[in-house]
This record gives sequence, structure tokens and C-alpha cells, in this order.
Amino acid sequence: MDSDLFCEGLVRRFGNNAAVDHVSLDVPAGTFFSILGPSGCGKTTLLRLLAGFDKPDQGDIHIRGQRMNDVPPNRRPVNMVFQHLALFPTMTVGDNIGYGLKRRKMPLAERRKRTARVLEQVGLPDLEHRNPQELSGGQRQRVALARCLVLEPTLLLLDEPLGALDLKLREQMKVELKHLQKQFGTTFVYITHDQSEAMVMSDQVAVMRDGRFDQVAPPEDLYREPATPFVAGFVGDNNRLSGELVSVRDDLAEIRLDDGVLVQGRVASDNLRTGHRAELYIRPESLVLSGEALSAGFSSMQAKVRTTLFDGANSRVEAENCGQPVYARLPQDGSAPRLSADSSIRLAWNPALARVFGADSP
Amino acid sequence: MIRSVPRSRLFDSLYLAYLVAFFVYLALPLLVTAVFAFNDAPFPSLPWKGFTLDWYFADGSEGRTGLFHDDGLLTALWVSAKIAFWVTLVSVALGCVNAVLFERVQFRGKEFLYLLMLLPLVIPGVILGVSILVFYSGMANDLSATWGIELDLFRPGMTLVVMGQVTFIATLSTLVIAARLRKFDPQLEEAALNLGATPLVAWFTVTLPWLLPSIFGAAAMAFLMSFENFNTTVMLTGSDTPLTVALFNRLREGSTPVLNAVALLLMVGSALLALLVMGRSSR
Amino acid sequence: MKSSVSRLSLWLLLTPFLLWIVLLVLLPHLQMLRVSFQVRESWDTIAWGIEQYQNFFTESYYWRTFVRTGVMSLFTTFLTLIIAFPIAWYIARLARGRSKGILFLACLIPFWASELVRTYGWMILLRESGLFSSWLQVLGWVDGPVEMLYNDVAVIIGLVYNGLLFMVVPLVTTLDGMDENLVEAGYDLGGGHGTVLREIVVPWAMPGIVSGCIVVFMLTLGSYLTPVLMGGKDSAWFTEQIFTQFITRFNWEQGAALGVLLLVLSSVIVWLGLKISGQSLRKVMG
Repeated sequence: MDSDLFCEGLVRRFGNNAAVDHVSLDVPAGTFFSILGPSGCGKTTLLRLLAGFDKPDQGDIHIRGQRMNDVPPNRRPVNMVFQHLALFPTMTVGDNIGYGLKRRKMPLAERRKRTARVLEQVGLPDLEHRNPQELSGGQRQRVALARCLVLEPTLLLLDEPLGALDLKLREQMKVELKHLQKQFGTTFVYITHDQSEAMVMSDQVAVMRDGRFDQVAPPEDLYREPATPFVAGFVGDNNRLSGELVSVRDDLAEIRLDDGVLVQGRVASDNLRTGHRAELYIRPESLVLSGEALSAGFSSMQAKVRTTLFDGANSRVEAENCGQPVYARLPQDGSAPRLSADSSIRLAWNPALARVFGADSP
Repeated sequence: MIRSVPRSRLFDSLYLAYLVAFFVYLALPLLVTAVFAFNDAPFPSLPWKGFTLDWYFADGSEGRTGLFHDDGLLTALWVSAKIAFWVTLVSVALGCVNAVLFERVQFRGKEFLYLLMLLPLVIPGVILGVSILVFYSGMANDLSATWGIELDLFRPGMTLVVMGQVTFIATLSTLVIAARLRKFDPQLEEAALNLGATPLVAWFTVTLPWLLPSIFGAAAMAFLMSFENFNTTVMLTGSDTPLTVALFNRLREGSTPVLNAVALLLMVGSALLALLVMGRSSR
Repeated sequence: MKSSVSRLSLWLLLTPFLLWIVLLVLLPHLQMLRVSFQVRESWDTIAWGIEQYQNFFTESYYWRTFVRTGVMSLFTTFLTLIIAFPIAWYIARLARGRSKGILFLACLIPFWASELVRTYGWMILLRESGLFSSWLQVLGWVDGPVEMLYNDVAVIIGLVYNGLLFMVVPLVTTLDGMDENLVEAGYDLGGGHGTVLREIVVPWAMPGIVSGCIVVFMLTLGSYLTPVLMGGKDSAWFTEQIFTQFITRFNWEQGAALGVLLLVLSSVIVWLGLKISGQSLRKVMG
């Protein structure tokens, strides 16, 4: 078995509420695996099960093929970077990093050597004698990471460790974490509610909702082929247009929007039934502002401009169709027309880029 | 009233005068007590007759007995130190256990027990002493009268004094240590487990070092409170009188500069202890 | 298995606490209550009755001292609050940086000395042969020595002095936590000094005020040294009577009854204080 972490049917209940509800996952060695979900979706509970701070009511946890259910947290080959880092305030940076090695009864000289080496690797050489309180946020982050990596764990768990950093530093650390993961080759299990963190860093992302995984896929697939309406709405910006399903032909579904216009998108769920409600998801950057001439096969609709939102490369127009807001990207290369409020525009898209779900999809 | 709200100059100067008067009021009694420990006169009062160290070092040959040759006071000092030692030990140990109990464990009736824990603070010290005297000394009397068993442990004396003082000092040390434990992030213990420590090792390597400043603080406070306590102690003391009671008895006979000498020694001792603890905790 | 381990550790933690509270607080006080209802008929026969409490109400000396002690304690508490508040305000809100810490420490310094030493200091200052008397003579304001000790004013001076620390510290702590914008907003919205103090500052500081007042009141009511050493012949304190019954007269039954009465008085006043100010003991003390 070459997967570092393998779980099957994990359940953890609090009262009647299942915080983790039959979750199974399989993380190959050396993967950066993210669990992405809104707060309260059960991702922290799942992480605590993996670390051993909590026990599953059902299901098994295997790490490198060994069953971990009854192994106490201090005996698992798993280390964790805590949300607030949990650096020991009563110890120096060196003692923090040496803490785990000391528990393994490693001699002092060897401990010093390894501590110095790992500090070098995370880019903080010669900081052993400082107190964690004296470090900057980014430095503390790296010390927390080094404290775990020095133990060469099979699995490194990270509990939203970037949440406390300011925006700029967070962007930096995202890239750095990814590099460190590749450099050490350790399997990372990273939980976050920030989809950009998950997308940038991960090899695989699991989108979690109400204790279950909606979809497990590489970031690109997640973005392009969301498996559920929740994933479509949660990962990246998306427009949702609802209407009545008219027909399904080959891979394309045709729906009638509430203003009577017929539009098309790719079939994304198997619960589409003619005459029932359906929802079409189309990303803002897939919408083009078009004149009368329409590319072949494109769908289009009319919308009324509410306002334009200038944000450099992310500039968008906010429009309205049948009372629902619709966003479209405004290219800043001079190709977009000047739009005034309440003017009418025509938005078109390639049906291959739109996804249609039945309205009662999970 | 605050810095950003303009005030009149008159108000400012009145305020300042009040502050000065206040601190003079605070300092004056201690200052005169200290100064008269060195007056070369048999009574601690004016006029100033010159500087002397007799009230510390005189050996009694010239009619003056200094503190360091006054066996009664030295014995009392030693008794007080012994009592304070035991009170500190028991109160701090109780404080640690109670702090963990109230901050880290969930159980039914916790609110009620917490109120019970605070109770000794709202009972006058004299009553604490009296109730323990009535219960334990009364028990010793009854045992002696009915069965002829002598339980000297519960007669007025050092044991009862220690028990009486622990009653309320334990509450204070619990509050001090619990306040520190409340600021402890339990995730630090989980982090220690995660890095391979057993629960016991995690407690000793992570939690205890965090609590240490408050434990030292509570110990210093317990020691001083015990050393200085009078109200509870006086009800429970036996033949081996602690310092405050001995001083009180002396004071009723009339004041001599030896009392000032003891007072100054106590002040310096407490100040040193306080500075030591503050120095540690600010490090 | 997990629950039995946690049950065991719960009991291990609870045992010292229960031993302390039951053996040193609850049982002794219950026994004191029991003894207070005993009447000693001869050296070895004991009857039950409320004679000790009847004595308290029939002997005017007892209940007069009782009332006097209560009233003077309340007055001392109030005076301490009035004196301490501007000081606490200055330390918490007006002093900055180093001077703030130094002033705060200066408030603590007198309490490195015991109550006995502090009282002794006041005696040296106030008595007939004391410093104030000498200074007044040197200044020529009086002809002979003046006795300023052994009266109620002296007792109150000493009691306020003893209580100040316990008032200043909680006041500074609560006032320190106040957001100055609150006061600024008060002025900004048209409040004067009086209304801002009454409607913004005092309500905010209420937990500190109540906690300071309770501690000072308890200390004053239960104090023994200051009234005994600084008070005059007719300024007896209730604790003195308890002491006399127990130590001088060996009349434990009467002493226990007086003790119970003092405990009831203090509990009632503390409870009333909490009710009136809308605070809870836990919030104020813990």
C-alpha cells in the first residue's frame, strides 16, 4: 500500500449531530492534500481524529497501513501545526524545536545539530536562542513548521495556520509552504476555509460540507468540473441562473430562464428531468459582452447593468437578470465598452463552460 | 477628566495637591516607625537624641536589649517562620490542585463549589479562628473528658494556627494560580502530546513552567499573609506565640524602640520578598 | 474505560478541596452554630436554648457595640472609597508609562508591613507624646501635649489606612480596562463632568467598586488590632467582645453566639451590597 493516510467510513457524533459523517479518504505519499470547507463543516473534528485528540465512533484510520484508532496522540507518526501555532511560550525557539527530539531521548549534541539544520531549511538560521514572542508572524509560522518537520513525520497536519497572518504575508507563505512541502517530501494534510489557499498549494482538494466530502479532486478539476452545486458555488466565483429544463441532448442541457430565453450548458448531474427546475452555473470570466453577432453555438441572455466594479484585472460588471445578480468579467485591455447604469447588455457564453444541475441536487 | 478632555489649571493643581497629601498619608506612619528604630532614646518619640544601632545589637549590659539579643522576640520570629512555611506549602499545593479543578475539569455542581471556595474571603478572620477553636479544641476537650484520650494536636498551638491561616490563604492562592491557568492555551498541551510527550510529561514540561510565576507569587503572598496575620492567629495560638502576637503583648506593656526595630526588619523582609518575586515574573 | 479514568482524576482533584472546605470551613462553623445554642447548667451538664442570644439583646452593651461596629464599618468603607477613587483614577487614566507603575507600587508599599506595624506607626504619630503633638508645640499652636489617640477619629484614620490598598487595586484594575473613547463619547454627546462620572465611569467601575467595598468592609468589621490599640474606653469593637468571651472568660457558648451574630451581620451586608449593585460574588471576587 503506498498511501500514507487511508481512512474508511469515519464517523464522529456529538449528540445527534454527526460532525464527521462517513468520510473516507486516501492520501498517496508525498501529496499536499487539502480539506476545504466553510466553518462548522467538521474539518477540524476530522483533523483531531487524525491527530488522535479524539476518537471516531465508527471507521478506521490507517497510517502507512497501520491501524491508528487505539494509538494515543503521542505515539502516532503524525505532527500538527496548530491554528494558533501553540509554540511553547516558556521555551526558546531551539527548545521548541528540540522538544519532540528530547521526548525521543535523542542526545543533546544530535538535537542541537538537527535543530540548526531544520532552522536553516525553513530559512531562519541561528534563531535558536530567541523567544517565540520576539518573532514576527511569518517567522513563528516557520518555527511551528520546523518543530514538526524535524521529527520527520509520516503525515503533517496543518490547521488553518495562515489564518492569523495579514493578507500580504499570507500570499507569501502560501507559496513558501508549497515549496517546503516539495522540499521535505512530507505528506501534508491541510485544512482551510480559504479556497485560494487550497487551490494554490494542493495536489488534491477535498471539499467538505456537513461532515461529508462533496468532491475530492485536483484544484483544476474542482474549478472546471464541480461535482455538486455546492462545490460550484463555493470554489471560485460563479453565477447561478435558474430555470426550467426543456431538453437534454447528448451532453448538453437546455433550460428556459424565467424571462423565457433558452440557454444551454453541460449536463453535470444525473437528476435532470424535463419540466423540472434546474440551475446553470457559469463563471464570470466565461461570460462575454457581445453585440448582435453571436459566435456559433453560444448561448446568450439580456441583462440590465447595475454598476461596474473596478478592481484592476478583476474588474467586473454587476448586472441583473430576472431579479438575480449576474457578474461578468470586464477585460481591461480596452475591448470592453463603457457601460452606464440601467443600460441593457447582452452576455454570451460557450455552453461547454457552463454546468447544469437539477435543482434538487445534494 | 481624561487626558484628551481639557481641565482647568486650578483643578489640576488641586488634584496634584491631593495626590501628594495621599502619598504622605500612606508613607508617614511607616517612615516614623522606621526612623525611630535608630533613635538613641528609650522611647520612640521626639526629641531626636542621635543615631544608634542599640535597638538591634545591644546585649543588655547597659540596660538596653537589642532585637538580636532578645530571646523572646527571636523565638517568636522562629515560630512565625515555621508557621508561615507550613501555611505556604499547604496553601500553594491546595491552590494548584484547586486551580486545575476549577479551570480544566467540567463537573456538575462546579459553580456551587466555586462559591464555597470563595466563602473564606467573606468570613471575618476572627470568626475563622473562633470556629476552628470551637470545633477542634472542643473535640479535644470532649475526648479528654469522656475517654481520657489526650489529643494535644488540636489544643491551641501551632497546628491550629496553621489550619486557621490555611483556611483563607488557600482561597487567595487558588485565585492567583487559577487566574494564570485561565490564560493558558490548552492547545499547548495538545501540541506537546502531538510532539510525542505523555500527558504527565506534557504537564511538567509545558503547563507547570507556565504556572511557575504565579506559583512563586502565590507562595510569597501566602508567606507574607501568614507572617503578618493577627486576627485568626490570636484565637488559636498556644504557648509558642508567633511574632505578631508577641509584638502585640509587648505593645500593651508599653512601646520601646525594639518594637520599631522589629517593624523595620519585617518591612525590609517583605519588601525584599516582593521585589524578588516581581523580578522573577518580569524576566 | 476513558470515563472511569476521568472519574478517578476528578475525585483525586476534588478530595483536597473537599477536605479543606469541609474540615476547615463547614464543620467548624456548624459546630460554632451548635455551641451557640448550648447553655451550660453546671460543669458537665449542657442544655439547649437561646439564652446566649437573649443575653445579647438584653445587655445593651452587647448590641450597642454591635450596631456601632456595623455603622462605623460602613462609614469607613464609604470614606475609603471616596479617598481611593481619585487616586485610582489618576493611576489608571492620567499617569503614563513609568510613573503609572511607580505610583501603583507606592500604593502597595504600606502593605509590606503588617496591620500591627501600621497601627503602631499611627500610635507613634498620634499619641500625647507623639510626633503630631510635638510638632504642634514647636509651631506654638498649642501650649501643652495633645492626645489625639484613643478616640473614634483615630480609629477611623487607622481603619481607612488599612483598607486603602484593597480599594485602590480593584478600582485601578477595572478603570484600566475602560475604553477612553467611552468618556470622550460622553463629552462629545454633551455630557458634563457630573453626568459622565455618574452615567459612564461609575457604572463601568461598578465591579471594582463593589469588590473593593466588600473586602474593605469585611476587613474593617473583622479588625481587632486597630480599634483595640487606637480606640478609647467607649469605642469598643465587636470583635473585642468575642475575644473577651473566648480568651478571658472561657465562655465559649456566649462567644460562639456573638460570633454567629457577627457572621450574620457581615453576610447580610455583603448580600445587600451585591443585590443593590446587581453584581454577583463570583464576578466580584473570582
